[in-house]
Amino acid sequence: MKKKRLIPVLLLKDGNLVQAHNFKFYQNLGNPEQAVKRLSEWGSDELIYLDISKKKHEIGRSDIKYKSSSNFLSIIKKFSKFSFMPTTIGGNIKNLFDVEKRLLVGADKVSINSAALINPKLISEIAKEFGSQCLVISVDVKKINGQYKIYFNHGIDLSNFNLKEWLKIIYNNGAGEILINSIDRDGSKEGYDINLLKIVTKHSKIPVIACGGVGTFTHFYQGFKKTNIDAAAAANIFHYSDQSVFLAKNFLYKKKIKVRKPSLININ
Amino acid sequence: MIKVCILDYGSGNVMSVQNLIQHLKIKSIVSNKNSDIKNSTHIILPGVGAFGESIKKLKKKIDIKYLEKEILVKKKPFLGICVGMQLLADTGEEFGKHKGLGWIKGQVVKLKSKILPHIGWNEIVLKKKNLIFNDLIDKDFYFVNSFHFNVKDKKLILANTKYENYFCSIVNKENIYGVQFHPEKSQNNGKQIIKNFLKIS
Repeated sequence: MKKKRLIPVLLLKDGNLVQAHNFKFYQNLGNPEQAVKRLSEWGSDELIYLDISKKKHEIGRSDIKYKSSSNFLSIIKKFSKFSFMPTTIGGNIKNLFDVEKRLLVGADKVSINSAALINPKLISEIAKEFGSQCLVISVDVKKINGQYKIYFNHGIDLSNFNLKEWLKIIYNNGAGEILINSIDRDGSKEGYDINLLKIVTKHSKIPVIACGGVGTFTHFYQGFKKTNIDAAAAANIFHYSDQSVFLAKNFLYKKKIKVRKPSLININ
Repeated sequence: MIKVCILDYGSGNVMSVQNLIQHLKIKSIVSNKNSDIKNSTHIILPGVGAFGESIKKLKKKIDIKYLEKEILVKKKPFLGICVGMQLLADTGEEFGKHKGLGWIKGQVVKLKSKILPHIGWNEIVLKKKNLIFNDLIDKDFYFVNSFHFNVKDKKLILANTKYENYFCSIVNKENIYGVQFHPEKSQNNGKQIIKNFLKIS
């Protein structure tokens, strides 16, 4: 039987690992490669690595002791050498060339958001060139007057597409997965927006990855129990406690959610 | 001494496969040259993407006649991964009908499941004993596929996997192995199965 997936999300801003809240506040969490190593050892099913830097060339800091990796691609290349798990890379992807660059350094999939909303044809172009399996469409949603609205450009700009219409376009153009983020719940620790996930899974024929709002392991459980999501993703909850992914998986495993058997992995 | 040739035909995940073999401290080369195929003890054909595009690239980049001499006549151990497994078939039906290598009889057809692609960790159900299964921690491997290899001779199926219906996840005919999952992305289980394959001589 296919297992439900538990996916840590790493956010990289200007070369550093950060934490986010409502797409707005950022806190530095340190070395981006060490984090990948930890997450592999704790038995993550996959990894989503998003570069949320707004200015492309300001990656790296000079005021810290260790040498920060000069660019995002070299970070991916480095951790691919020891992380033998599927990795999705997102952020600043605008064309086929950007996709290819990421795949060549070790990404298995790319996640695109704004570029797809601006030019939906890009979805089918990527799917044809590299295969549906390597394309995740990330959708950022905010509730306005009781209605789910799609936002892009780091949650700033409102899109004209309505949610159901957009899900249909994503599927028809050949994307492989949907990553659905609730902007309202981002960093809130209030749990997933279950109603949103119900709508999205009902209207999607491709696997849905949920993101935004997890504050306790119970929130993962609710996501899997109450909706048809294929994977539960989260960022903040995985970063502050030792063995977080392992413990979360253990929690779900004991509650009879079909996840992979929890185990700690020695990757050396 | 073991030396692996990872066939280079423009498939995206070549580097991931090489990273894993490097991690096992085994010599490998990514190449499409006959001399490298000849000088290797094991051949791996990685793959992601669609059947038609892959077979087209493979035939363009690799001297298939020479490869067949090494694999089908000299019986060098061969492993096809994902689309690399599917290419072993007679035909594939992804974006039109295409001819495969035809080393193992059967067709590559679409999975009959509601949600596709089949993405994530899934179990392999063993059908036969084989040394490729030695010392596995559990039976979960990482899959990404919408199509599967419908193997004609069911006796060649080493393992099946269930995604609504069962499909062949490992096929084996003599020195030729094919796995539908991605060992290079299956953490320790993936490492183990590659290690086992490289012990075959």
